[in-house]
Amino acid sequence: MYLGLILDMAHSGLGDRDAITVDGLTVDHTELAERSWAASARFLELGVPSVVYLGTNHIAYPVALFGAAGAGIPFIPLNYRLGPDQLAAQLDAHPGAFVICEGDPPAQAAPGRWAERQAFLDSLDPAGAEPPLPPDPDATCLLLYTSGTTAAPKAAVLRHRHLMSYLLGTVEFASADEDEVSLVSVPPYHVAGVANLLSNLYAGRRIIYIDRFDPEVWLGIVRDEKVTQAMVVPTMLAQIVDHLRGADDADTPSLRTLSYGGARMPEPVLHRALELFPTTGFVNAYGLTETSSTIALLGPDEHRAAFDSDDPVARARLGSVGRLVPGVEIEVRDDEGGVLGVGRPGLVFLRGEQISGEYAGVALVGEDGWFPTRDRGWVDEDGYVFIEGRADDTIIRGGENIAPAEIEDVLLSHEGIVDAVVVGLPDDRWGQRLVAVVVAGPGAGADEEELRQLVRGRLRSSKTPEVIEFWPELPRTDTGKLLRRTVVARLSEG
Amino acid sequence: MELKAGMQLKSVVGTTEVVVIRAPDHPGTLTSGGEPMVGRDDDAAAGEVRSGSEGTVLLGKRYVDAAGSVEVLCTKPGDGALALDGEPLEVKSAKPLPSSD
Repeated sequence: MYLGLILDMAHSGLGDRDAITVDGLTVDHTELAERSWAASARFLELGVPSVVYLGTNHIAYPVALFGAAGAGIPFIPLNYRLGPDQLAAQLDAHPGAFVICEGDPPAQAAPGRWAERQAFLDSLDPAGAEPPLPPDPDATCLLLYTSGTTAAPKAAVLRHRHLMSYLLGTVEFASADEDEVSLVSVPPYHVAGVANLLSNLYAGRRIIYIDRFDPEVWLGIVRDEKVTQAMVVPTMLAQIVDHLRGADDADTPSLRTLSYGGARMPEPVLHRALELFPTTGFVNAYGLTETSSTIALLGPDEHRAAFDSDDPVARARLGSVGRLVPGVEIEVRDDEGGVLGVGRPGLVFLRGEQISGEYAGVALVGEDGWFPTRDRGWVDEDGYVFIEGRADDTIIRGGENIAPAEIEDVLLSHEGIVDAVVVGLPDDRWGQRLVAVVVAGPGAGADEEELRQLVRGRLRSSKTPEVIEFWPELPRTDTGKLLRRTVVARLSEG
Repeated sequence: MELKAGMQLKSVVGTTEVVVIRAPDHPGTLTSGGEPMVGRDDDAAAGEVRSGSEGTVLLGKRYVDAAGSVEVLCTKPGDGALALDGEPLEVKSAKPLPSSD
């Protein structure tokens, strides 16, 4: 199934409903579709093999995405904040691409094959534009670079059929009320940014993009524009909660749903957010680039039921990523490939039509259709999925598998600590030893021994870090993922 | 006709277009207003809605048979009820997921 179908449907079914607002400029579905069709014609005329987008969210972003989709060529949104060497390597991997950029073009852009994004948009004549002929549904629609927290970033291949499968499985066409507005602050090169765009357009919900995230600006827009839905990454929610320090309520009565994902949510942040947004439904969405975004969801009622419960099992659900979306199956396996039962942690495998599990030239999905996520997790008796973290992050100390997240949660529960990471460093006696790095909050203090006692009391001594360092901040990606390999490298340098 | 997922079909009795989301595991005839649907880009003579096959197909709705063997998505609305081998297709009731995006 071809992605451009949703644009054709929105053109005829949603027409003059507002689609996207950026910097006070709004386009409706008619204009969005017609400019995108004109973009497809342009790309076909130029005969370019792919389209690269280099910049923040802008109306040119969906136009370039659907333009490329209609031309049957891959759309490649790159992280504009990468260092020059990394960016050059990714640009070099896509020779001949048409580059749409914010500001000056990169050195790799060929003459006649790049445009500043607003100029690109202005150059397209929507009058008389027609939908392009549908390309092969097996064509590559998107090349998305993974965030590369444990290894160098890889380009995941998402085909039209993967994205359409996700969309049709999770969203009902034109199901949003006319007053629904979604505030989006995830970047365009992240799979959540793509999924978000497609879902909201298909549901008929207006999108407002916010480019440089700031908690005060975010809250102001939610209140002024009567935003009904918003999506944030955990570090953004932490900033919002911090900004509301001392307040009883976020005072955002229009906000029906606040969804989060992209990285692990620290429990104390979530608890505080549930208090500050008492009438808002929280949604935790878990997925990977390679799975066309969300594959499991913890919904609003499940959040509140867990938060209000005194039962430890029910309360633990707050740390779950919820249940699988339709069409996705899960298997948890041990290191030898044996399938594990309910409640037993191991390696997470996924199967379903939205799962690509493919990188440029390399398919990771086995013949049986299962994709190894390299995440570790387990499933409870009611089908709730718990993710412990990346398998590569698991610390093996004296033969014991230790998920750093468990220890990090305990460290974060200390009121003086605002960020924490636990890593394993090589150790002659234990194989690996536990080292924690924490960030202390303003004013508040905590000392190393006090933190060690806290962990020892809640967990056990084998899970207590030998060393706890204090740093001013932890290295994270733009979407809040911890760069553990950078932490390990810095600690190893001594 | 052998139906395949991703296949785009149009009605000959009206403006309806659908895309096949799930295909039955046996060949079958998908009809709109009682007349077989044809490929989206095929030339076909216009027909009339047959008596007993009146109805309206709504944009963005999904249509399924009782057994759940076929599912189509309406990408262009129009007149004439949908059926597979004479069995009427009904609107699939949506179980909405919370908005995660």
